[in-house]
Amino acid sequence: MLSSYLTMAAILFCLGLYGALTKRNAVIVLLSIELMLNAVNLNLVAFSKYGVVPSLSGQMFTLFSIAVAAAEAAVGIAVLIALYRARGTVNVDDYDEMRR
Amino acid sequence: MDTTFSQIAWLIPVFPFVAFLLLLAFGRSSRTIGVALGSISSLASLALSLLVLIEHMTDGTKYYQYAFKWIDTGTVVFKAGFEVTNLTALMLVVVTTVSFLVNVYSAGYMKGDERISVFYGYVALFTFSMLGLVLSDNMLTLYIFWELVGVCSFLLVGFWFSKPEAKAAAKKAFIVTRIGDAGLLLGILLLYWYMPDHALDFVRIGNAFEGGSGVIAASVTTWIAILIFVGAVGKSGQFPLHVWLPDAMEGPTPISALIHAATMVAAGVFLVARTFDIFQASQTAMDIVAYIGGFTAIFAATIGVAQNDIKRILAFSTVSQLGYMMMGLGLNSMTGGIFHLFTHAFFKALLFLGAGSVIHAVHTQNIQEMGGLGSKMKITAWTFGIGALALSGIPPFSGFWSKDMILNIAYHEKPGLFVVGVVAAFFTAFYMSRLFFLVFMGKPKGEQHAHAHESPSSMTIPLIVLAVLAVVAGFVQTPWNDTLGNWLTDGAERENGGGGLVMVISAAIGLLGLYLGWLVFVKGMIPRDFVSARAPWLVRLLERKYYVDELYEWLIVRPLRALGGLLNAIDDYVVDGLVRAAGGAAVLLGRGGTRMQNGQLQTYGLITAFGLVILIAAVALRRFW
Repeated sequence: MLSSYLTMAAILFCLGLYGALTKRNAVIVLLSIELMLNAVNLNLVAFSKYGVVPSLSGQMFTLFSIAVAAAEAAVGIAVLIALYRARGTVNVDDYDEMRR
Repeated sequence: MDTTFSQIAWLIPVFPFVAFLLLLAFGRSSRTIGVALGSISSLASLALSLLVLIEHMTDGTKYYQYAFKWIDTGTVVFKAGFEVTNLTALMLVVVTTVSFLVNVYSAGYMKGDERISVFYGYVALFTFSMLGLVLSDNMLTLYIFWELVGVCSFLLVGFWFSKPEAKAAAKKAFIVTRIGDAGLLLGILLLYWYMPDHALDFVRIGNAFEGGSGVIAASVTTWIAILIFVGAVGKSGQFPLHVWLPDAMEGPTPISALIHAATMVAAGVFLVARTFDIFQASQTAMDIVAYIGGFTAIFAATIGVAQNDIKRILAFSTVSQLGYMMMGLGLNSMTGGIFHLFTHAFFKALLFLGAGSVIHAVHTQNIQEMGGLGSKMKITAWTFGIGALALSGIPPFSGFWSKDMILNIAYHEKPGLFVVGVVAAFFTAFYMSRLFFLVFMGKPKGEQHAHAHESPSSMTIPLIVLAVLAVVAGFVQTPWNDTLGNWLTDGAERENGGGGLVMVISAAIGLLGLYLGWLVFVKGMIPRDFVSARAPWLVRLLERKYYVDELYEWLIVRPLRALGGLLNAIDDYVVDGLVRAAGGAAVLLGRGGTRMQNGQLQTYGLITAFGLVILIAAVALRRFW
């Protein structure tokens, strides 16, 4: 039972990672990161229900992490909008300030 | 026992050294400072040397030595110092006399040269080193000065370094003499190894070897003597290593007179005389010295007959005369060798300076292009003639007495070498008459020679002084009067008398050579192409100097160069290849690193993910070993 949840979470995480590393649109990248976070959340819930020592704290953690993810998404979108205003693009290839 | 002047003999080399330092510092500022400093310093050295010599000629004063502790290694103490014996006193006077006259002469000869101050600086350095060599009281400092004179010779042969021949000649002179120097160094090391207390000073060397006292084994003695002689062979241009001396004539002519005729090349003879006790302890070594000397004498004299460059003829004559000196030493006569060194220094310096005067006037060195200069350059012609007669061994000029002495000893000791010496003397007289008649007699050839004129007095006065010396220097030792031998060897060598027959033969053979030259080149009774028409191969052989240079080129120079090329290729491709590979790998790594650092966050993320995968794989796989 546990392994199918974990496999599901791993697939979700890999999809998120793939999207975060390959997509050119910054909004999609942000969405992909949310996907990876949710894969982690799924793991936490799965362990809290079917793990060696089942406990409610895993689900509590998940609630916190969703809240933090919401805040992160809000901050991320705000940064993206500011970037779009400054640079006129949402293509991550053009965000190469770290090289200069 | 008054040794006042001998005690300050160390000042003799100091004068030219100070001149050298001053010229090094201020030479660029003035063109005349060189002449002044060089002449004054060498005159001071000459004066002091004369005082030392006079002091040594008075009874009682035989010897002065001073040495200080130079290097103390704890087990061995090296001392350095100076020593004034009769032999060194004589050499001091010879060196300073020629040096002073050459300094004066160069004022005229080098007048137009823009590096005249550098020239005088080198000459002063050379004089310093040569005097240091003469005064040294041990083999170690002698070796240092020995190398210093070699360096000066190199610098002065290559003085006109814009000429490729001069550059090549300088390198050749340095490298060929280095071969001899290596032998000398080995000889010194052997001496150091076997001498009691590792002493290297001449006094204790003399004591250890005197009369074959058996302190050192006979075979070792022979090896030491031969190795020292190898050094002398290199420096004095004896047979296998003579090739550098004729090429060294690319240097300025005063240098040829000073270094390559009178002083430095005689250093080899001086060295053998200085370590004569070692040679006397080994008959084998003595025989080698005598036969090499004798062979060189006749070998170089025959080459001299077929050369056309005035300085090269004189150079081969120098080689030949140095062979005579070696032969004299090898026949167990220190007096003979040193006496010939003494007279030769004056008349050969005279001949070279005379040749320089001729070259100064006509701007060529080829005697076939000269002629009829006798009427235009009277002083040069007369003095040159005196030098030629002295060299040819015509009585009563100095060369006759010294050559006669060596021949006389050879006649009694080794008749074979006597014949060789007489034949060489004949060739010597013949090529000197050829040289003299072609240059000074006959008709002028070529337009520019028509206005050839006598050289300035700064050049002719040294010629006159040397001509006087070339006449009188021989009277210090004649068959009736063995002043020099008695004085030089402290009465050990008294070989006079019984030389009547030898004297007649030696004078006759000299006159015969001159007469033959006169017949061929003045009267024309024997056509000049008498030999070349009948035996062109012989003339060609002599012109090419018995193909010794070519032989060395094929046997030594080319194989060495090929080996050098091979080693160079290994260095270029193997050693440098490895170095380049290491460097290239670092560069590639760096380039990869820069490519990754492109500012794209996604790339960084990808690399981080890869790194994580590798880390996990490493941790996971660790359990398998």
